[in-house]
Amino acid sequence: MDGEELTEQETALYDRQIRVWGPNGQRRLTKSHIFVSGIKGTVAEFCKNIVLAGVGSVTLMDDGLVNEDTLNANFLIPPDDNAYMGKTVAEVCSDSLKEFNPMVLVSVAKGDLSTLGAEFFEKFDVVVIGYSSRATKKAVNEKWRKLSKQVAFYTVDCRNSCAEIFVDLQNYKYTKKTLEETLEYELHFPSFHEAITIPWKLIPRRTSKLYFAMRVIEVFEETEGRKPGECSLLDLARVLEISKKLFMANSVSESNILDSVLERLITDTTEFPPACAIVGGILAQVLSRFLFAFNLLLMGNLVIFTREILVSQEVIKAISRKGEPLKNFFYFDAQDGKGMIEDIANYSK
Amino acid sequence: MATQEQQSAIKSAKVLMVGAGGIGCELLKTLALSGFEDIHIIDMDTIEVSNLNRQFLFRRSHVGQSKAKVARDAVLRFRPHINIKSHHANVKNPEFDAEFFKQFDVVLNGLDNLDARRHVNRLCLAADIPLVESGTTGFLGQVTVHVKGKTECYECQTKPAPKTYPVCTITSTPTKFVHCIVWAKELLFAKLFGDKNQDNDLNVRSNNPANLSKEREDVFERAEDEDIEQYGRKIYDHVFGSNIEAALANEETWKNRRRPRPIYSKDVLPESLTQQNGITQNCSVTDGDSMVSVMPSLGLKNPQELWGLTQNSLVFIEALKLFFAKRKKEIGHLTFDKDDQLAVEFVTAAANIRAESFGIPLHSLFEAKGIAGNIVHAVATTNAIIAGLIVIEAIKVLKKDANKYRMTYCLEHPSRKMLLMPVEPFEPNPSCYVCSKTPLVLEINTQKSKLRDLVDRIVKAKLGMNLPLIMHGASLLYEVGDDLDDIMVANYNANLEKSLSELPSPIVNGSILTVEDLQQELSCKINVKHREEFDEEKEPEGMVLSGWTQSPATNGDNASTSNNENAIDVTESSSVAETPTKKRRHSETQPESHKKETENVESEDDDLMEIENPMMVSKKKKRVE
Repeated sequence: MDGEELTEQETALYDRQIRVWGPNGQRRLTKSHIFVSGIKGTVAEFCKNIVLAGVGSVTLMDDGLVNEDTLNANFLIPPDDNAYMGKTVAEVCSDSLKEFNPMVLVSVAKGDLSTLGAEFFEKFDVVVIGYSSRATKKAVNEKWRKLSKQVAFYTVDCRNSCAEIFVDLQNYKYTKKTLEETLEYELHFPSFHEAITIPWKLIPRRTSKLYFAMRVIEVFEETEGRKPGECSLLDLARVLEISKKLFMANSVSESNILDSVLERLITDTTEFPPACAIVGGILAQVLSRFLFAFNLLLMGNLVIFTREILVSQEVIKAISRKGEPLKNFFYFDAQDGKGMIEDIANYSK
Repeated sequence: MATQEQQSAIKSAKVLMVGAGGIGCELLKTLALSGFEDIHIIDMDTIEVSNLNRQFLFRRSHVGQSKAKVARDAVLRFRPHINIKSHHANVKNPEFDAEFFKQFDVVLNGLDNLDARRHVNRLCLAADIPLVESGTTGFLGQVTVHVKGKTECYECQTKPAPKTYPVCTITSTPTKFVHCIVWAKELLFAKLFGDKNQDNDLNVRSNNPANLSKEREDVFERAEDEDIEQYGRKIYDHVFGSNIEAALANEETWKNRRRPRPIYSKDVLPESLTQQNGITQNCSVTDGDSMVSVMPSLGLKNPQELWGLTQNSLVFIEALKLFFAKRKKEIGHLTFDKDDQLAVEFVTAAANIRAESFGIPLHSLFEAKGIAGNIVHAVATTNAIIAGLIVIEAIKVLKKDANKYRMTYCLEHPSRKMLLMPVEPFEPNPSCYVCSKTPLVLEINTQKSKLRDLVDRIVKAKLGMNLPLIMHGASLLYEVGDDLDDIMVANYNANLEKSLSELPSPIVNGSILTVEDLQQELSCKINVKHREEFDEEKEPEGMVLSGWTQSPATNGDNASTSNNENAIDVTESSSVAETPTKKRRHSETQPESHKKETENVESEDDDLMEIENPMMVSKKKKRVE
């Protein structure tokens, strides 16, 4: 189908996973280029997973210098200060990741995420933003949305034993084939800004509390001028106050349902390593399923978002077998052990 | 991060990990990052190339080395101050007895086969140490918690047994490719390269015993000076030609079946291969026998490519020649191994030629290898997720948070919005022969079946005993061990060949046997029922064991009925020859009075049943409250 066959070396190395997604799925992975920013425990797990799976390239951005704090939950950084002294997190992680799979191109990009131009993202199929402020996520998401080439956009945050993944695939079309007919579906993903500003009254009651808690934390960090994750139990009163205000502004009454989860989210923001493994695994899984469908659409010289889409048998198989892409939030809380998908969009529009 | 309380539980814990493979690598990493400081790992395997896509602690340069040891060294690189002890050994070895298990606070399984899982379950029960069990296949996975007396043990529900096929389907009437694989691997390969003394059903069973002349058996004997290619062609013509022809003579068989086509080498291959390309002379032989291959010399590169009849026939002959040319010493004691390239090539070719003959679609080497080697597909992400869940449960076990224990399923498609679905664990099954002492029932023909059949097919295969001992009343009929004297061994061997009713202490209808495994500290009683006839198709073993499967629905709503049909067993490269996409029947809903719903049970709903997968949740079980 799409060009070269897998080499003998690739077939031997990827044998067990080719049995899951087939040689075409593997070829698609090897042609995907991933951008990752903000490398702490969960993102380190994610990077390990996609490098092992054999994506084409991974570009890392994290200019923070390695220190004691960055070691937590991040097994990509050896705890030897002679080795990491003066190096950035991205540089040290890049060295470790290269060893996992010599067939994947791992590199470091320097710079500030919030000031990167839109053209920077052109060369990637997937953008993953870890542990960033609300403003940065929003800015990158907006730039990315204006690109001529469509890429997948994810954000991921893990605090304590809770985590959130956000997914934006814009207008995503896919088909499902039954025995008789081919059905075409289109999913509209709200932008990051839209997804976090939906009036709470419109959100179903049983939605994960973590969605609301994360919005409260974002507002807290922004109004207090804090870096992501920079808070302690001393801030509890202020955080609860913001929570109350947000509930009032949204005309939703049960304002104290978040209190206990907020307390957990601010007392200790370091990641719980088992949660990193789980969420980093889910993110990689979500992404690989997306790639199987997406890349093929691009490869057949088809523009993914046109009306008269012709989809090869392969895509249908890939999609109908793997189901719909995740839309548009994923939550994990180690305390109850649930991994929930929440579809949060303003359907009244 | 973990709370103070969790931290201190973690710091003081001593844990045993069994398995350093796909789940094991992820688990060891997550344990170390989470702050565990005293970890033992047992794994008997060495590293292979196909591990490297997910067992991320290993590198290409480690191929051939001990998994347990390399995993230990790799984790010590990023957590140098913790204590990890590796055991490159089989967990079934006698040194890992109940006493050994007792030193740990919790045992974590990342195993790839039913046999070892059952063994560890029994030792955990004997030592009274909690067990966290896990398994993955593709995007699916599960984690369960087994605490003696509190939750069900790993064997409270029977696990799906490896698929077996009726002998006649394999020898005479294959209808699926897997039948051809079983024939090629278990019969033909074993006959040509395996132990000559083993029983082998390779030749077609004929209604006329006279057909089975002495001469036919001798086809497989190679005379000292016989040319290898001539020998190969003789085998080819025999198994794909005259054997099929002989089978066709039996008209009764083909009344309602498609007739197979005999295939002879002269119709497919040129007169002499050696003159054409001289393959055996310049074949690519690299170091290590498992690397010997005929594919490069035949110009076959892509293992996913489908070979035609001619290509398969060439591979068949050339592979056979190569076995005699390069691996002569091994002939007579080879068994099929999925990592033996030449064996895979030979079996693929033989299965395809047979498939062609029977009008069954052919398969690529890649696919045939998967079927022959029972390879279960595996991806890194699922193992990482499952390892994270194991650590979360392990911490609860250490804190003795019994009401928070969960078994968690990792799903491919969300069910009730959940990709990770925790459910409360089940209570022990009161009729489980492993963790309760309920007797089993064995239906068997006591006049025809030998003690050996009982030992092989029931005690070892079904009950999973390693070093069994069988008693009838006060009389010891059989035991295994190092400390037996010659007279006893001779005695037991003589017993093995006797039918049950001829034993020194005859086993007849109504006899009660005691079967024990001293290492596993497991003992169970078997009530014997004599039965004359068994259905060859449905009961190919000629005996039926039951007892722990259906517990009687007794008084009132507290009766805990457990059902086995939907036992979940997803494994990383398990030995269970079951296609993971196969849909399994799920049992009828339990009567209302037996259903106890708790708040968390909403998660267990019918959505799960729609997954085309072996992962099924039985509704017939009661939850721990």
